[in-house]
Amino acid sequence: MDLLEYQGKQLFAKHGVPVPEGRPADTVPTVVEAADELGYPVVIKAQVRIGKRGKAGGIKIANDRDEATRHAEAIIGMDIRGFRVHEVWVERASRIDAEYYASLILDRSEKKLLAILSRMGGMDVEEVAETDPGALIKRHIEPGERFTIEVARGMAIDARIDEDVTDGVAELLVKLHDVALAEDATLIEVNPMIVTSDRGVVALDSKVTIDNNALYRHEDLAELRDRSAEDPQERMAKERGVTYVKLGGDIGILGNGAGLCMATLDIVAQAGGRPANFLDAGGGSKADAIVDALEVITSDENVDAILFNIFGGITRCDEIAKGIIEASRRIDIDVPLVVRLDGTNSAEGLGLLADAELPNLHLEKTMLGAAERVVQISRS
Amino acid sequence: MSIIVDTETKLVISGLTGREGSFHGLRNRGYGTDVVAGVTPGKGGQEVEGIPVFDEIAQAVEERGANTSMIFVPARFAAAAMEEAIAAGVHTVITITEGIPVLDMLRVYWTATESGVRLIGPNCPGVLSPGKSNVGIIPAQFFDPGSIGVVSKSGTLTYQIGNELKQAGMGNSSIVGIGGDPIVGSDFIDVLGLYEADDETELIVMVGEIGGDAEERAADYIAGHLSKPVVAYIAGFTAPPGKQMGHAGAIISGSSGTAAAKKAALEERGVRVGRSPTETAQLAVETLQAAQA
Repeated sequence: MDLLEYQGKQLFAKHGVPVPEGRPADTVPTVVEAADELGYPVVIKAQVRIGKRGKAGGIKIANDRDEATRHAEAIIGMDIRGFRVHEVWVERASRIDAEYYASLILDRSEKKLLAILSRMGGMDVEEVAETDPGALIKRHIEPGERFTIEVARGMAIDARIDEDVTDGVAELLVKLHDVALAEDATLIEVNPMIVTSDRGVVALDSKVTIDNNALYRHEDLAELRDRSAEDPQERMAKERGVTYVKLGGDIGILGNGAGLCMATLDIVAQAGGRPANFLDAGGGSKADAIVDALEVITSDENVDAILFNIFGGITRCDEIAKGIIEASRRIDIDVPLVVRLDGTNSAEGLGLLADAELPNLHLEKTMLGAAERVVQISRS
Repeated sequence: MSIIVDTETKLVISGLTGREGSFHGLRNRGYGTDVVAGVTPGKGGQEVEGIPVFDEIAQAVEERGANTSMIFVPARFAAAAMEEAIAAGVHTVITITEGIPVLDMLRVYWTATESGVRLIGPNCPGVLSPGKSNVGIIPAQFFDPGSIGVVSKSGTLTYQIGNELKQAGMGNSSIVGIGGDPIVGSDFIDVLGLYEADDETELIVMVGEIGGDAEERAADYIAGHLSKPVVAYIAGFTAPPGKQMGHAGAIISGSSGTAAAKKAALEERGVRVGRSPTETAQLAVETLQAAQA
């Protein structure tokens, strides 16, 4: 789960990482109120989970109340590359002497945490990696190693950070590591980490990813997640405990198992169709789960046909068939359903579905056949 | 031969007294796996259909000679259960549990590595060596004994491919689910190495998906270390960046971890990559028949 900038900064503040003072706001009057309280100039920053907000006009400086009002009106409700701005972060403007880069990420290849520090901040780090890789100082944190201030200071020296702020930068880096361990973050990026005109070191931006698997031990963060789902289908799926990702096409997809479901999307795309979603019904899909899944899929108005791709392992196809029949009694499915059942008890499952004579139901035995069929139906 | 589990496997199951644990544990025993013990703290002295239950894994090792541990406990207890198994002296730990925090897995990974214990999973369907032993939740009916080794990040996709191989008259030396989490114990490379050394395995089917770079590293490893042919399948070409596709590890970060990059890396090193599970099974059959001719 990705935090919004201000949620990340609030997490930083909790662990003693210096951040500029600010307030979240979601209406023009509350923005102005926050700006008045903080004192001008302030920065008004759109809170969306996408980079390059500044270029899109989502970050503005306000020197007085009039400007704060104007910018708030422009930014709240703005669309930044498909992300609607519902909230802004109003922050006291910082005087910037230098912009650095700091991050702490989970390196899946090495199976270690990796700290990165650079004096090239405020720009795209992937670009720095290409044009000036030597400017990125990287250091893995070894298993069982404590990431100490001495280690961080060594990185700051290697990164040619201004000498007078070496300690400040090192302390901030160590605190980011504390945040990662304490909050189960798999990515923490501060770009830029700034040196202020009075030579303080401050996190001016934040990008934080929290491990979803660890949310059970972070109740405060788990609550943020429930509010964060912007898409109506994704929100509904979360409420019902359905693993769903919206993809924007017109063919609804339901598979059992994440890998099989991804393969189903790919095969539908190869057949010329555009998948509307990823939905993993998981193992042992009973009627209730199928009703939930179908309701989420069909609540997307773009969906004009649905493909069920089931390979029964432990899951029995006759149970799935019963689930589909039960679901069709309980909810109104007004789009054609292509069902492919294979694996454990597939003959029984297909028999049950054939006997039920559900309208708009098409049965297929193979995955490829089912994909072609659903694309054909969706087009007609 | 076969890899990781076989007739020598003496299995202790953490979580045997739970609903899922007993269902699959008894299925494993029904297949022929030597299930020597279950472990549930506080339930020592009980039995599950004749299988003795202990409070600690160490007791199962001492009293019943357990050498392999299967972890079937809820996510929040799984890291401790794996650490207990490692400390108890089993040589292999297979973790089915899904949803374990990744920082816990980092710690467990290194503990296992430094102790010389083979860790499979978490969030995996387990390991099946057809005709010998089944440890986990893989439905054995889709797999016959044979010469194709399978290593996969996904459960159902593997059953799909296994079933197609079976219909084509092909069997398997072993089926290894390595799991779909960002940090897993044995990776593609480790399992490929085991298949290379396994007499029974003549061809390897590798099933990958988006996220991380395990497939790319496997491609390098195949080019440098493998004499046996490998056929691959990669899922997730249509996955958008930044979205977790079911598995915790199945996520494209920025521009890295895409299916296209993985396919290209494999093909550059001579590995044939199927466009669908069906085509992958066909490629495996063709390649094996060509090698045997």
